[in-house]
Amino acid sequence: MHEALLEIADDCLVLGHRLSEWCGHAPMLEEDLALPNMALDLIGVARGLYARAGEIEGKGRGEDDLAYFRGEREFRNCLLVERPNGDFAATMLRQLYFGAFMEPFWRAAAASTDDVVRGIAGKAAKEVAYHIRHAGEWVIRLGDGTEESAARMAHAVEAHHRYSGELFESSRAARAAEAAGVLPRRSEMRAEWDRVIGMVFVEAGLTVPEGVFMQTGGRAGLHGEDLGHMLAEMQSVARAHPGAVW
Amino acid sequence: MYSQGLIGADGRTGETEAFLAAFQARIDAEEKIEPKDAMPEGYRRTLVRQIGQHAHSEIVGMLPEGNWITRAPSLKRKAALLAKVQDEGGHGLYLYSAAETLGVTRDEMTEELLAGKAKYSSIFNYPTLTWADIGTIGWLVDGAAIMNQIPLCRCSFGPYARAMIRICKEESFHQRQGYEIMLTLCRGTEAQKAMAQDALDRWWWPSLMMFGPHDAESSHTEQSMAWKIKRFSNDELRQKFIDATVPQADYLGLKVPDPAMRWDEALNGGKGGYRHGAIDWDEFWRVVKGEGVMNRDRIAARKKAWEDGAWVREAALAHAAKRAARKVAAE
Repeated sequence: MHEALLEIADDCLVLGHRLSEWCGHAPMLEEDLALPNMALDLIGVARGLYARAGEIEGKGRGEDDLAYFRGEREFRNCLLVERPNGDFAATMLRQLYFGAFMEPFWRAAAASTDDVVRGIAGKAAKEVAYHIRHAGEWVIRLGDGTEESAARMAHAVEAHHRYSGELFESSRAARAAEAAGVLPRRSEMRAEWDRVIGMVFVEAGLTVPEGVFMQTGGRAGLHGEDLGHMLAEMQSVARAHPGAVW
Repeated sequence: MYSQGLIGADGRTGETEAFLAAFQARIDAEEKIEPKDAMPEGYRRTLVRQIGQHAHSEIVGMLPEGNWITRAPSLKRKAALLAKVQDEGGHGLYLYSAAETLGVTRDEMTEELLAGKAKYSSIFNYPTLTWADIGTIGWLVDGAAIMNQIPLCRCSFGPYARAMIRICKEESFHQRQGYEIMLTLCRGTEAQKAMAQDALDRWWWPSLMMFGPHDAESSHTEQSMAWKIKRFSNDELRQKFIDATVPQADYLGLKVPDPAMRWDEALNGGKGGYRHGAIDWDEFWRVVKGEGVMNRDRIAARKKAWEDGAWVREAALAHAAKRAARKVAAE
Protein backbone atom coordinates (compact mmCIF):
# COMPACT_ATOMS: atom_id res chain seq x y z
CA MET A 1 0.00 0.00 0.00
CA HIS A 2 2.67 2.50 1.02
CA GLU A 3 4.44 1.88 -2.29
CA ALA A 4 1.48 3.26 -4.20
CA LEU A 5 1.78 6.49 -2.21
CA LEU A 6 5.52 6.53 -2.84
CA GLU A 7 4.90 6.41 -6.60
CA ILE A 8 2.88 9.60 -6.52
CA ALA A 9 5.17 11.21 -3.92
CA ASP A 10 8.18 10.50 -6.14
CA ASP A 11 6.35 11.96 -9.15
CA CYS A 12 5.74 15.16 -7.21
CA LEU A 13 9.22 15.44 -5.72
CA VAL A 14 11.03 14.71 -8.98
CA LEU A 15 8.92 17.16 -10.96
CA GLY A 16 9.14 19.74 -8.18
CA HIS A 17 12.90 19.37 -8.20
CA ARG A 18 13.04 19.74 -11.96
CA LEU A 19 11.00 22.96 -11.77
CA SER A 20 13.22 24.26 -8.99
CA GLU A 21 16.19 23.98 -11.36
CA TRP A 22 14.68 26.91 -13.29
CA CYS A 23 14.71 29.28 -10.32
CA GLY A 24 16.73 32.36 -11.28
CA HIS A 25 17.10 31.27 -14.91
CA ALA A 26 13.57 31.68 -16.31
CA PRO A 27 12.75 33.65 -19.46
CA MET A 28 11.14 36.46 -17.43
CA LEU A 29 10.87 37.52 -13.83
CA GLU A 30 7.21 36.49 -13.61
CA GLU A 31 8.24 32.93 -14.46
CA ASP A 32 11.04 33.08 -11.91
CA LEU A 33 8.18 33.43 -9.43
CA ALA A 34 5.67 31.06 -11.05
CA LEU A 35 7.98 28.06 -11.53
CA PRO A 36 9.10 27.92 -7.88
CA ASN A 37 5.47 28.36 -6.91
CA MET A 38 4.50 25.19 -8.72
CA ALA A 39 7.63 23.47 -7.41
CA LEU A 40 6.62 24.37 -3.86
CA ASP A 41 3.13 22.96 -4.37
CA LEU A 42 4.54 19.69 -5.65
CA ILE A 43 7.19 19.36 -2.95
CA GLY A 44 4.53 20.10 -0.35
CA VAL A 45 2.37 17.27 -1.68
CA ALA A 46 5.38 14.95 -1.82
CA ARG A 47 6.18 15.65 1.83
CA GLY A 48 2.66 14.81 2.94
CA LEU A 49 2.63 11.60 0.96
CA TYR A 50 6.09 10.51 2.10
CA ALA A 51 5.12 11.05 5.70
CA ARG A 52 1.98 8.97 5.24
CA ALA A 53 3.82 6.27 3.26
CA GLY A 54 6.45 6.01 5.99
CA GLU A 55 3.76 5.74 8.63
CA ILE A 56 1.94 2.94 6.78
CA GLU A 57 5.21 1.15 6.10
CA GLY A 58 5.91 1.19 9.83
CA LYS A 59 9.71 1.02 9.69
CA GLY A 60 10.27 4.46 11.11
CA ARG A 61 11.24 6.09 7.81
CA GLY A 62 10.30 9.75 7.53
CA GLU A 63 10.04 12.08 4.54
CA ASP A 64 13.77 12.75 4.37
CA ASP A 65 14.74 9.07 4.68
CA LEU A 66 12.50 8.37 1.72
CA ALA A 67 13.59 11.34 -0.36
CA TYR A 68 17.31 11.32 0.36
CA PHE A 69 18.29 7.75 1.11
CA ARG A 70 16.82 5.74 -1.76
CA GLY A 71 18.71 5.27 -5.01
CA GLU A 72 17.37 5.48 -8.55
CA ARG A 73 16.30 1.83 -8.66
CA GLU A 74 14.13 2.49 -5.63
CA PHE A 75 12.51 5.64 -6.97
CA ARG A 76 9.07 4.86 -8.36
CA ASN A 77 8.25 8.02 -10.33
CA CYS A 78 6.97 7.81 -13.87
CA LEU A 79 9.40 8.61 -16.68
CA LEU A 80 7.65 11.82 -17.76
CA VAL A 81 8.55 13.80 -14.62
CA GLU A 82 12.25 12.91 -14.67
CA ARG A 83 12.77 14.23 -18.19
CA PRO A 84 15.34 17.05 -18.12
CA ASN A 85 13.86 20.55 -18.35
CA GLY A 86 14.93 21.19 -21.93
CA ASP A 87 13.65 24.54 -23.13
CA PHE A 88 10.69 26.45 -21.71
CA ALA A 89 8.35 24.77 -24.22
CA ALA A 90 9.38 21.32 -23.02
CA THR A 91 8.98 22.33 -19.38
CA MET A 92 5.51 23.73 -19.91
CA LEU A 93 4.35 20.74 -21.96
CA ARG A 94 5.62 18.30 -19.33
CA GLN A 95 3.77 20.31 -16.70
CA LEU A 96 0.55 20.30 -18.68
CA TYR A 97 0.74 16.55 -19.31
CA PHE A 98 1.32 15.80 -15.64
CA GLY A 99 -1.20 18.33 -14.38
CA ALA A 100 -3.93 17.14 -16.71
CA PHE A 101 -3.53 13.69 -15.17
CA MET A 102 -3.23 14.79 -11.55
CA GLU A 103 -6.16 17.17 -11.49
CA PRO A 104 -8.88 14.51 -12.01
CA PHE A 105 -6.76 12.12 -9.92
CA TRP A 106 -6.80 14.40 -6.88
CA ARG A 107 -10.45 15.28 -7.36
CA ALA A 108 -11.26 11.56 -7.25
CA ALA A 109 -8.86 11.01 -4.34
CA ALA A 110 -10.88 13.45 -2.30
CA ALA A 111 -13.10 10.42 -1.69
CA SER A 112 -10.18 8.27 -0.48
CA THR A 113 -10.75 5.86 2.38
CA ASP A 114 -7.52 7.22 3.92
CA ASP A 115 -8.02 10.44 5.90
CA VAL A 116 -4.53 11.77 5.21
CA VAL A 117 -4.78 11.13 1.47
CA ARG A 118 -8.17 12.83 1.48
CA GLY A 119 -6.68 15.89 3.12
CA ILE A 120 -3.77 16.07 0.70
CA ALA A 121 -6.09 15.55 -2.28
CA GLY A 122 -8.34 18.47 -1.40
CA LYS A 123 -5.43 20.90 -1.34
CA ALA A 124 -3.55 19.38 -4.27
CA ALA A 125 -6.58 19.44 -6.59
CA LYS A 126 -6.83 23.21 -6.22
CA GLU A 127 -3.12 23.71 -6.78
CA VAL A 128 -2.91 21.51 -9.83
CA ALA A 129 -5.89 23.22 -11.45
CA TYR A 130 -3.76 26.36 -11.38
CA HIS A 131 -0.77 24.47 -12.83
CA ILE A 132 -2.91 23.33 -15.77
CA ARG A 133 -4.09 26.86 -16.36
CA HIS A 134 -0.59 28.28 -16.21
CA ALA A 135 1.08 25.60 -18.34
CA GLY A 136 -1.90 25.36 -20.71
CA GLU A 137 -1.80 29.09 -21.39
CA TRP A 138 1.89 28.87 -22.17
CA VAL A 139 1.43 25.89 -24.48
CA ILE A 140 -1.18 27.93 -26.36
CA ARG A 141 0.97 31.07 -26.46
CA LEU A 142 4.02 29.21 -27.68
CA GLY A 143 2.14 26.96 -30.08
CA ASP A 144 0.37 29.96 -31.57
CA GLY A 145 3.20 32.48 -31.18
CA THR A 146 6.10 32.80 -33.59
CA GLU A 147 7.39 30.29 -36.10
CA GLU A 148 10.24 29.43 -33.74
CA SER A 149 8.02 28.94 -30.71
CA ALA A 150 5.60 26.78 -32.69
CA ALA A 151 8.47 24.58 -33.87
CA ARG A 152 9.82 24.27 -30.32
CA MET A 153 6.37 23.42 -28.98
CA ALA A 154 5.82 20.78 -31.66
CA HIS A 155 9.22 19.33 -30.82
CA ALA A 156 8.29 19.21 -27.12
CA VAL A 157 5.15 17.22 -27.97
CA GLU A 158 7.15 14.88 -30.17
CA ALA A 159 9.70 14.36 -27.38
CA HIS A 160 7.27 13.89 -24.48
CA HIS A 161 4.20 12.20 -25.82
CA ARG A 162 5.82 8.77 -25.52
CA TYR A 163 5.90 9.20 -21.73
CA SER A 164 2.20 10.01 -21.37
CA GLY A 165 0.89 6.42 -21.50
CA GLU A 166 2.63 5.42 -18.28
CA LEU A 167 0.56 7.91 -16.31
CA PHE A 168 -2.51 5.73 -16.73
CA GLU A 169 -0.86 2.43 -15.81
CA SER A 170 -1.45 0.99 -12.38
CA SER A 171 1.39 -1.01 -10.87
CA ARG A 172 0.65 -3.94 -8.59
CA ALA A 173 1.02 -1.63 -5.58
CA ALA A 174 -1.31 0.91 -7.17
CA ARG A 175 -3.91 -1.75 -7.88
CA ALA A 176 -3.88 -2.78 -4.22
CA ALA A 177 -4.38 0.84 -3.16
CA GLU A 178 -7.16 1.23 -5.71
CA ALA A 179 -8.90 -1.92 -4.50
CA ALA A 180 -8.77 -0.56 -0.94
CA GLY A 181 -10.24 2.76 -2.09
CA VAL A 182 -7.13 4.68 -0.98
CA LEU A 183 -6.29 5.98 -4.46
CA PRO A 184 -8.41 6.29 -7.60
CA ARG A 185 -7.95 4.04 -10.60
CA ARG A 186 -5.43 5.67 -12.92
CA SER A 187 -7.00 4.47 -16.16
CA GLU A 188 -10.13 6.42 -15.24
CA MET A 189 -8.28 9.71 -15.71
CA ARG A 190 -7.80 9.03 -19.40
CA ALA A 191 -10.97 10.67 -20.73
CA GLU A 192 -10.43 13.89 -18.80
CA TRP A 193 -6.76 14.00 -19.81
CA ASP A 194 -7.67 13.54 -23.48
CA ARG A 195 -10.28 16.28 -23.19
CA VAL A 196 -7.94 18.84 -21.59
CA ILE A 197 -4.99 18.09 -23.87
CA GLY A 198 -7.27 18.12 -26.92
CA MET A 199 -8.74 21.47 -25.95
CA VAL A 200 -5.34 23.10 -25.34
CA PHE A 201 -3.84 21.61 -28.50
CA VAL A 202 -6.65 22.93 -30.71
CA GLU A 203 -5.99 26.45 -29.47
CA ALA A 204 -2.24 25.98 -29.70
CA GLY A 205 -2.41 24.64 -33.23
CA LEU A 206 -0.76 21.39 -32.14
CA THR A 207 -1.64 17.86 -33.15
CA VAL A 208 -1.96 15.00 -30.67
CA PRO A 209 0.42 12.35 -32.03
CA GLU A 210 -1.02 8.97 -32.88
CA GLY A 211 0.49 5.51 -32.93
CA VAL A 212 3.33 6.49 -30.57
CA PHE A 213 5.05 3.64 -28.73
CA MET A 214 4.58 4.36 -25.05
CA GLN A 215 7.63 4.05 -22.81
CA THR A 216 7.18 2.61 -19.35
CA GLY A 217 9.21 1.28 -16.43
CA GLY A 218 9.39 4.02 -13.82
CA ARG A 219 7.03 2.27 -11.41
CA ALA A 220 9.44 -0.70 -11.41
CA GLY A 221 12.43 1.57 -10.82
CA LEU A 222 13.52 1.26 -14.44
CA HIS A 223 14.39 4.84 -15.32
CA GLY A 224 16.26 6.75 -17.99
CA GLU A 225 19.82 7.88 -17.27
CA ASP A 226 18.97 11.40 -16.15
CA LEU A 227 17.28 10.53 -12.86
CA GLY A 228 20.49 9.15 -11.33
CA HIS A 229 22.26 12.46 -11.89
CA MET A 230 19.36 14.40 -10.48
CA LEU A 231 19.29 12.26 -7.33
CA ALA A 232 23.08 12.38 -6.97
CA GLU A 233 22.87 16.16 -6.82
CA MET A 234 19.75 16.32 -4.69
CA GLN A 235 21.01 13.80 -2.12
CA SER A 236 24.67 14.84 -1.99
CA VAL A 237 24.67 16.88 1.23
CA ALA A 238 22.26 14.64 3.11
CA ARG A 239 24.28 11.53 2.21
CA ALA A 240 27.61 13.14 3.10
CA HIS A 241 26.33 13.59 6.66
CA PRO A 242 24.21 10.54 7.47
CA GLY A 243 22.19 10.97 10.64
CA ALA A 244 22.73 14.73 10.78
CA VAL A 245 19.83 17.02 11.62
CA TRP A 246 19.36 20.04 9.34
CA MET B 1 22.59 47.14 -0.03
CA TYR B 2 21.19 50.58 -0.56
CA SER B 3 24.36 52.38 0.36
CA GLN B 4 25.88 50.57 -2.56
CA GLY B 5 22.74 51.42 -4.50
CA LEU B 6 24.01 54.97 -4.59
CA ILE B 7 27.25 53.98 -6.29
CA GLY B 8 27.33 55.74 -9.64
CA ALA B 9 24.34 57.92 -8.78
CA ASP B 10 24.49 61.45 -10.12
CA GLY B 11 22.62 63.87 -7.88
CA ARG B 12 23.52 67.02 -9.83
CA THR B 13 20.49 69.04 -10.66
CA GLY B 14 19.83 72.25 -12.60
CA GLU B 15 16.56 73.69 -11.30
CA THR B 16 16.08 77.22 -9.97
CA GLU B 17 16.79 77.85 -6.33
CA ALA B 18 13.14 78.69 -5.70
CA PHE B 19 12.04 75.33 -7.11
CA LEU B 20 14.64 73.46 -5.10
CA ALA B 21 13.71 75.33 -1.92
CA ALA B 22 10.02 74.54 -2.38
CA PHE B 23 10.86 70.88 -2.97
CA GLN B 24 13.12 70.80 0.07
CA ALA B 25 10.33 72.30 2.17
CA ARG B 26 8.06 69.38 1.23
CA ILE B 27 10.83 66.92 2.12
CA ASP B 28 11.48 68.67 5.43
CA ALA B 29 7.76 68.50 6.23
CA GLU B 30 8.06 64.70 5.75
CA GLU B 31 5.63 64.79 2.82
CA LYS B 32 5.91 61.80 0.49
CA ILE B 33 6.92 62.62 -3.07
CA GLU B 34 4.73 60.76 -5.56
CA PRO B 35 5.58 59.84 -9.18
CA LYS B 36 3.60 62.63 -10.82
CA ASP B 37 4.87 65.35 -8.47
CA ALA B 38 7.41 67.88 -9.70
CA MET B 39 10.88 66.85 -8.55
CA PRO B 40 14.45 67.89 -9.26
CA GLU B 41 16.06 65.93 -12.06
CA GLY B 42 18.90 64.91 -9.74
CA TYR B 43 16.39 63.46 -7.26
CA ARG B 44 14.73 61.45 -10.01
CA ARG B 45 18.06 60.26 -11.41
CA THR B 46 19.38 59.28 -7.99
CA LEU B 47 16.25 57.27 -7.24
CA VAL B 48 16.18 55.53 -10.62
CA ARG B 49 19.78 54.52 -10.05
CA GLN B 50 19.28 53.43 -6.48
CA ILE B 51 15.97 51.59 -6.90
CA GLY B 52 17.19 49.95 -10.11
CA GLN B 53 20.39 48.78 -8.44
CA HIS B 54 18.42 47.58 -5.46
CA ALA B 55 16.16 45.58 -7.81
CA HIS B 56 19.18 44.13 -9.61
CA SER B 57 20.63 43.09 -6.26
CA GLU B 58 17.49 41.10 -5.55
CA ILE B 59 17.59 39.41 -8.95
CA VAL B 60 21.31 38.64 -8.99
CA GLY B 61 20.95 37.62 -5.35
CA MET B 62 18.71 34.76 -6.46
CA LEU B 63 21.75 33.07 -8.02
CA PRO B 64 24.05 32.33 -5.05
CA GLU B 65 21.15 30.95 -3.01
CA GLY B 66 19.59 29.26 -6.01
CA ASN B 67 22.88 27.38 -6.23
CA TRP B 68 21.76 25.31 -3.21
CA ILE B 69 18.06 24.72 -3.94
CA THR B 70 18.82 21.46 -5.72
CA ARG B 71 21.08 20.28 -2.88
CA ALA B 72 19.19 21.42 0.22
CA PRO B 73 19.69 18.60 2.73
CA SER B 74 16.05 18.11 3.79
CA LEU B 75 12.69 18.64 2.14
CA LYS B 76 11.73 21.25 4.70
CA ARG B 77 14.89 23.25 3.94
CA LYS B 78 14.42 22.77 0.23
CA ALA B 79 10.90 24.20 0.38
CA ALA B 80 11.97 27.08 2.63
CA LEU B 81 14.89 27.99 0.38
CA LEU B 82 12.75 27.87 -2.74
CA ALA B 83 10.22 30.13 -1.08
CA LYS B 84 12.96 32.48 0.02
CA VAL B 85 14.55 32.78 -3.40
CA GLN B 86 11.09 33.30 -4.83
CA ASP B 87 10.58 36.14 -2.33
CA GLU B 88 13.78 37.77 -3.60
CA GLY B 89 12.38 37.63 -7.12
CA GLY B 90 9.18 39.20 -5.83
CA HIS B 91 11.20 42.02 -4.22
CA GLY B 92 12.88 42.58 -7.58
CA LEU B 93 9.48 42.84 -9.17
CA TYR B 94 8.12 45.44 -6.70
CA LEU B 95 11.31 47.47 -6.97
CA TYR B 96 11.36 47.48 -10.77
CA SER B 97 7.74 48.60 -10.61
CA ALA B 98 8.65 51.40 -8.18
CA ALA B 99 11.44 52.52 -10.52
CA GLU B 100 9.10 52.36 -13.51
CA THR B 101 6.93 55.04 -11.89
CA LEU B 102 9.90 57.36 -12.53
CA GLY B 103 9.76 56.80 -16.27
CA VAL B 104 12.24 54.00 -16.88
CA THR B 105 11.25 50.53 -18.11
CA ARG B 106 12.21 47.18 -16.64
CA ASP B 107 13.75 46.17 -19.96
CA GLU B 108 15.94 49.29 -19.99
CA MET B 109 17.11 48.58 -16.46
CA THR B 110 17.80 44.94 -17.36
CA GLU B 111 19.84 45.96 -20.39
CA GLU B 112 21.89 48.28 -18.15
CA LEU B 113 22.59 45.45 -15.74
CA LEU B 114 23.61 43.07 -18.51
CA ALA B 115 25.82 45.71 -20.13
CA GLY B 116 27.60 46.27 -16.81
CA LYS B 117 26.39 49.89 -16.57
CA ALA B 118 24.26 49.32 -13.49
CA LYS B 119 25.64 47.73 -10.33
CA TYR B 120 24.23 45.34 -7.79
CA SER B 121 25.35 44.62 -4.26
CA SER B 122 28.97 43.45 -4.15
CA ILE B 123 28.05 40.66 -1.73
CA PHE B 124 26.56 38.53 -4.49
CA ASN B 125 29.90 38.27 -6.24
CA TYR B 126 31.06 35.83 -3.58
CA PRO B 127 30.38 32.13 -4.15
CA THR B 128 28.18 29.89 -1.98
CA LEU B 129 30.39 26.90 -1.23
CA THR B 130 28.54 24.89 1.40
CA TRP B 131 25.05 24.53 2.83
CA ALA B 132 26.11 26.69 5.78
CA ASP B 133 26.45 29.60 3.36
CA ILE B 134 22.68 29.53 3.01
CA GLY B 135 22.29 29.98 6.75
CA THR B 136 24.96 32.66 6.82
CA ILE B 137 23.46 34.62 3.95
CA GLY B 138 20.10 34.66 5.69
CA TRP B 139 21.62 35.66 9.00
CA LEU B 140 24.28 38.18 7.90
CA VAL B 141 23.40 39.33 4.40
CA ASP B 142 19.68 39.65 5.01
CA GLY B 143 20.48 41.02 8.45
CA ALA B 144 22.64 43.75 6.91
CA ALA B 145 20.01 44.37 4.25
CA ILE B 146 17.40 44.94 6.97
CA MET B 147 19.62 47.48 8.73
CA ASN B 148 19.89 49.30 5.43
CA GLN B 149 16.29 48.96 4.45
CA ILE B 150 14.31 49.74 7.60
CA PRO B 151 15.15 53.45 7.23
CA LEU B 152 14.09 53.20 3.57
CA CYS B 153 10.53 52.52 4.70
CA ARG B 154 10.59 56.23 5.55
CA CYS B 155 12.27 57.27 2.30
CA SER B 156 10.81 60.48 0.86
CA PHE B 157 9.77 58.78 -2.40
CA GLY B 158 6.37 57.16 -1.78
CA PRO B 159 6.47 54.09 -4.08
CA TYR B 160 9.93 53.11 -2.83
CA ALA B 161 9.00 53.57 0.81
CA ARG B 162 5.84 51.48 0.41
CA ALA B 163 7.64 48.67 -1.43
CA MET B 164 10.21 48.59 1.35
CA ILE B 165 7.62 48.01 4.07
CA ARG B 166 6.64 44.67 2.59
CA ILE B 167 10.19 43.77 1.66
CA CYS B 168 11.41 44.42 5.20
CA LYS B 169 8.79 42.10 6.67
CA GLU B 170 9.92 39.30 4.39
CA GLU B 171 13.62 40.02 4.92
CA SER B 172 13.16 39.87 8.64
CA PHE B 173 11.61 36.42 8.27
CA HIS B 174 14.55 35.36 6.08
CA GLN B 175 17.00 36.62 8.63
CA ARG B 176 15.42 34.56 11.40
CA GLN B 177 15.27 31.55 9.13
CA GLY B 178 18.97 31.92 8.31
CA TYR B 179 19.85 32.19 11.98
CA GLU B 180 17.82 29.10 12.70
CA ILE B 181 19.79 27.18 10.04
CA MET B 182 22.99 28.31 11.80
CA LEU B 183 21.65 27.33 15.20
CA THR B 184 20.77 23.86 13.91
CA LEU B 185 24.25 23.46 12.40
CA CYS B 186 25.94 24.66 15.58
CA ARG B 187 23.98 22.17 17.66
CA GLY B 188 24.76 19.40 15.17
CA THR B 189 27.83 17.30 14.41
CA GLU B 190 31.42 18.55 14.54
CA ALA B 191 31.43 18.69 10.74
CA GLN B 192 28.28 20.83 10.71
CA LYS B 193 29.69 23.22 13.27
CA ALA B 194 32.94 23.51 11.31
CA MET B 195 30.89 24.24 8.20
CA ALA B 196 29.08 27.03 10.08
CA GLN B 197 32.33 28.62 11.31
CA ASP B 198 33.87 28.43 7.86
CA ALA B 199 30.87 30.17 6.34
CA LEU B 200 31.00 32.94 8.95
CA ASP B 201 34.73 33.35 8.28
CA ARG B 202 34.08 33.87 4.59
CA TRP B 203 30.95 36.07 4.78
CA TRP B 204 31.70 38.34 7.74
CA TRP B 205 33.88 40.94 6.02
CA PRO B 206 31.90 41.05 2.77
CA SER B 207 28.78 41.61 4.91
CA LEU B 208 30.38 44.63 6.58
CA MET B 209 31.27 45.95 3.15
CA MET B 210 27.60 45.84 2.15
CA PHE B 211 27.11 49.14 3.98
CA GLY B 212 29.42 50.87 1.55
CA PRO B 213 32.56 52.97 2.06
CA HIS B 214 33.33 54.87 5.26
CA ASP B 215 31.38 58.13 5.54
CA ALA B 216 34.47 60.19 4.75
CA GLU B 217 34.77 58.42 1.40
CA SER B 218 31.07 58.27 0.58
CA SER B 219 30.49 60.92 -2.06
CA HIS B 220 26.70 60.93 -2.39
CA THR B 221 25.72 60.92 1.22
CA GLU B 222 25.09 64.60 1.83
CA GLN B 223 22.61 65.31 -0.98
CA SER B 224 20.81 62.00 -0.46
CA MET B 225 20.49 62.72 3.25
CA ALA B 226 19.04 66.16 2.55
CA TRP B 227 16.50 64.64 0.17
CA LYS B 228 15.74 61.93 2.75
CA ILE B 229 16.52 59.18 0.31
CA LYS B 230 19.06 58.13 2.87
CA ARG B 231 18.60 58.67 6.58
CA PHE B 232 21.64 57.19 8.27
CA SER B 233 25.25 57.17 7.21
CA ASN B 234 27.08 54.02 6.09
CA ASP B 235 29.17 53.89 9.26
CA GLU B 236 26.18 54.38 11.55
CA LEU B 237 24.35 51.47 9.93
CA ARG B 238 27.44 49.27 9.89
CA GLN B 239 27.94 49.89 13.60
CA LYS B 240 24.31 49.02 14.35
CA PHE B 241 24.72 45.79 12.43
CA ILE B 242 27.90 44.81 14.24
CA ASP B 243 26.43 45.57 17.64
CA ALA B 244 23.41 43.40 16.88
CA THR B 245 25.34 40.56 15.28
CA VAL B 246 28.34 39.92 17.54
CA PRO B 247 26.18 38.70 20.47
CA GLN B 248 24.29 36.45 18.02
CA ALA B 249 27.57 34.86 16.95
CA ASP B 250 28.47 34.37 20.62
CA TYR B 251 25.18 32.60 21.24
CA LEU B 252 25.93 30.25 18.35
CA GLY B 253 29.36 29.56 19.80
CA LEU B 254 31.01 30.93 16.65
CA LYS B 255 33.88 33.36 16.47
CA VAL B 256 33.73 36.51 14.38
CA PRO B 257 36.91 36.49 12.25
CA ASP B 258 38.21 39.85 13.45
CA PRO B 259 41.06 39.59 15.98
CA ALA B 260 40.86 43.35 16.59
CA MET B 261 37.17 43.28 17.52
CA ARG B 262 36.62 44.57 21.06
CA TRP B 263 34.00 46.23 23.22
CA ASP B 264 34.56 49.97 23.39
CA GLU B 265 32.67 52.01 25.97
CA ALA B 266 33.23 55.18 23.99
CA LEU B 267 31.28 54.08 20.93
CA ASN B 268 27.67 55.00 20.19
CA GLY B 269 27.86 58.24 22.13
CA GLY B 270 29.12 56.57 25.27
CA LYS B 271 26.63 53.67 25.25
CA GLY B 272 29.36 51.34 24.11
CA GLY B 273 29.69 49.14 21.06
CA TYR B 274 31.98 46.71 19.27
CA ARG B 275 34.91 48.38 17.59
CA HIS B 276 35.91 46.47 14.48
CA GLY B 277 39.30 46.01 12.83
CA ALA B 278 40.28 47.47 9.46
CA ILE B 279 38.08 46.61 6.50
CA ASP B 280 39.92 45.67 3.31
CA TRP B 281 38.62 48.41 1.04
CA ASP B 282 40.88 47.32 -1.78
CA GLU B 283 38.94 44.08 -1.89
CA PHE B 284 35.65 46.00 -1.78
CA TRP B 285 36.50 48.23 -4.74
CA ARG B 286 38.00 45.32 -6.65
CA VAL B 287 34.73 43.40 -6.31
CA VAL B 288 32.58 46.46 -7.09
CA LYS B 289 34.64 47.07 -10.22
CA GLY B 290 34.17 43.54 -11.49
CA GLU B 291 37.02 41.47 -10.07
CA GLY B 292 35.21 39.36 -7.51
CA VAL B 293 35.29 35.58 -7.90
CA MET B 294 31.77 35.44 -9.28
CA ASN B 295 31.17 38.79 -11.07
CA ARG B 296 31.53 37.39 -14.56
CA ASP B 297 29.59 34.23 -13.79
CA ARG B 298 26.70 36.16 -12.27
CA ILE B 299 26.29 38.42 -15.27
CA ALA B 300 26.82 35.51 -17.65
CA ALA B 301 24.03 33.59 -15.90
CA ARG B 302 21.65 36.56 -16.13
CA LYS B 303 22.57 37.11 -19.78
CA LYS B 304 22.01 33.48 -20.61
CA ALA B 305 18.57 33.49 -18.97
CA TRP B 306 17.67 36.72 -20.80
CA GLU B 307 18.95 35.55 -24.19
CA ASP B 308 17.62 32.00 -23.90
CA GLY B 309 14.25 33.45 -22.95
CA ALA B 310 14.06 35.91 -25.84
CA TRP B 311 12.08 33.57 -28.07
CA VAL B 312 9.57 32.99 -25.24
CA ARG B 313 9.00 36.71 -24.72
CA GLU B 314 8.71 37.28 -28.46
CA ALA B 315 6.21 34.43 -28.77
CA ALA B 316 4.10 35.84 -25.93
CA LEU B 317 3.95 39.22 -27.67
CA ALA B 318 3.23 37.64 -31.07
CA HIS B 319 0.43 35.57 -29.60
CA ALA B 320 -1.09 38.57 -27.83
CA ALA B 321 -1.02 40.51 -31.11
CA LYS B 322 -2.68 37.63 -32.95
CA ARG B 323 -5.40 37.39 -30.33
CA ALA B 324 -6.04 41.11 -30.45
CA ALA B 325 -6.24 41.00 -34.26
CA ARG B 326 -8.67 38.07 -34.16
CA LYS B 327 -10.81 39.90 -31.64
CA VAL B 328 -10.96 42.96 -33.87
CA ALA B 329 -11.78 40.79 -36.91
CA ALA B 330 -14.61 39.11 -35.01
CA GLU B 331 -16.22 42.37 -33.94
